[in-house]
Amino acid sequence: MPQVRMRVNGREVSGEVEPRTLLVEFLREHLGLTGTHVGCDTSQCGCCVVHVDGRSVKSCTLLAVQCDGAEVLTIEGLARNGELHPLQRAFHECHGLQCGFCTPGMIMSALELLQRNPSPSEGEVRAWLEGNLCRCTGYHNIVRAILRAAEEMREAPQPAA
Amino acid sequence: MYAFDYHRPQSLDEAARLLRERPEAKLLAGGHTLLPTLKQRLAQPSDLVDLGAIAELRGIREEGNGLTIGAATPHGEVETSELVRRLIPALAELAGEIGDPQVRNRGTLGGSIANNDPAADWPAGVVGCGAVVRTTRREIAADDFFTGMCETALEPDEIITAVHFPRPKRAGYAKFPNPASRYAVVGVFVAETDDGVRVAVTGAGPCVFRLTALEQALTADFTPNAVDGIEVDAAELNADIHASADYRAHLVKVMAKRAIQKALG
Ligand SMILES: Cc1cc2nc3c(=O)[nH]c(=O)nc-3n(C[C@H](O)[C@H](O)[C@H](O)COP(=O)(O)OP(=O)(O)OC[C@H]3O[C@@H](n4cnc5c(N)ncnc54)[C@H](O)[C@@H]3O)c2cc1C
Ligand code: FES
Ligand code: FES
Repeated sequence: MPQVRMRVNGREVSGEVEPRTLLVEFLREHLGLTGTHVGCDTSQCGCCVVHVDGRSVKSCTLLAVQCDGAEVLTIEGLARNGELHPLQRAFHECHGLQCGFCTPGMIMSALELLQRNPSPSEGEVRAWLEGNLCRCTGYHNIVRAILRAAEEMREAPQPAA
Repeated sequence: MYAFDYHRPQSLDEAARLLRERPEAKLLAGGHTLLPTLKQRLAQPSDLVDLGAIAELRGIREEGNGLTIGAATPHGEVETSELVRRLIPALAELAGEIGDPQVRNRGTLGGSIANNDPAADWPAGVVGCGAVVRTTRREIAADDFFTGMCETALEPDEIITAVHFPRPKRAGYAKFPNPASRYAVVGVFVAETDDGVRVAVTGAGPCVFRLTALEQALTADFTPNAVDGIEVDAAELNADIHASADYRAHLVKVMAKRAIQKALG
C-alpha cells in the first residue's frame, strides 16, 4: 500500500493507505481528527471542508494520496494555546450554529474567504458559502458570525493559521 | 469505490506512457467529476494517473493575440487571474460561476472539457471563443472537439495540455444556473471575434452547439434586439426534472440577450 506523508495542523504525519482512501477518511479514521465531518459524501454539502496548501477543498472529493507532501489544516488546528480562533468565537457568540454538524466546514470555508478578502460585504459572504449547506440555522447568524470575525481579525490580525 | 492503482507522474511523457501501457487507466485532474463517478461505482479504472504534479499543465499566459490556459489550471485561478480579466473578462466570469469556491479550487479546465457534460460551462467558452484544444498529439479546433453527449474527439491515450483562446473583440456569458448544483440549465456565450460572431449554447442540448441563426442576426445588428427575430427549436433540446425543452428554448433567448448586453459592457 502507498505511504503518504503530510503536515496536518503543523504536525508531520504519515500512514499507509489504499489509493481509494479519501482525505476525509485519512483524517478521521487514521488520525482520529473527527472534527471534519461527512454530511453528504457527494461533494455537495461542505461539511468536510479543510485547507490543502492554503485553499479550501472538500475532503470527501480528494484522495489522501493526492495530498502526499501537502500542508493540511483542519478545524482542530485553529485554536491557539487553548484560545478559540476569532471565527470559532464569533460562531459561538453570534449563535451561528444549532446542531453544529455543518460548523467545521463553514468555518474552514469562511477562513479562506477572510484570507482573500478581509472586508467582505454581506453579499460576498453569502455568495462564498454557496458550497456549504446548513439544515438548522437559516444562515443568518452564520453570516453575522463571519462578518463579526472579519471585523475582529482586521483589528487584531492573526498569525497565519 | 473499486480499488485501483495510483500514479503521480512528474512529466507529460511519463503520463502518456502510463496511459499507453494500461488501457484501463484513467487520468485524474481535479477529481470533481471522476471521484464522484467512482464512488457510485459507475466506472472501474484499473489505474488512476494523477496530472497534479505536472507543472507544465498548469498556468495562464498571454500568447499571440490571446490567452493560453494549461489544462490542469483550476477554475478559481482563471476566475481571479488579472491577465484573464484584462484580456477576456468573460472567461473569468464564466469560471467564477462554476459550482462553489471549493469546486473551483479543484476542478480544472481540461477535466471539464474532456468530460463534456451537457450542462458544463467551459464548453460554451471554448466554442464561443473559437478556441483551439492542444493535446499530446495535435491541435483540435473547438468546433471539432465536442462531438456528442459526454463525447469528444480525444483518443483514449490522448492528454489535453492546454487551450488557446484567441481574444475576441468583445464577449459575454450568461447562464441560468441550477440552484442546487450551479451547472447550467442553459448558458449562452456570445463573442465578436476576428472571424465573425460566434454564439455557443450549453445546458440546453445533449452537447454544446452554435446558434447560427443568432450569429447571422448579430452580424447585422449586435444588440439584444437581434434575438427577437430568431426562433429556437425545442425539438432537439433536453427535457428533465429541471426544465422542459420549451422552457429551455425560451431560456436560450433570455440568456442570449443577457450575454449580448454583457458583451456591450
Ligand atoms: C458540487 C459540484 C458542482 C459543480 N458545478 C459545476 C458547474 O456549475 N459548472 C460546471 O461546468 N461544472 C461544475 N462542476 C464540475 C467541475 O467543474 C469539475 O471540476 C469538472 O467537470 C471536471 O474537472 P476535474 O478537473 O475535476 O476533472 P476530473 O474529475 O479529474 O476528470 C474528469 C474526466 O476528464 C478526464 N481528464 C481530466 N483531465 C484531462 C486531460 N488533461 N486530458 C484528457 N482527459 C482528462 C478524466 O480522465 C475524467 O474522465 C461541479 C462539480 C461539483 C462536484
Ligand atoms: S461530505 Fe464532502 S461535501 Fe458533503
Ligand atoms: S447547525 Fe445544524 S447543520 Fe448547520
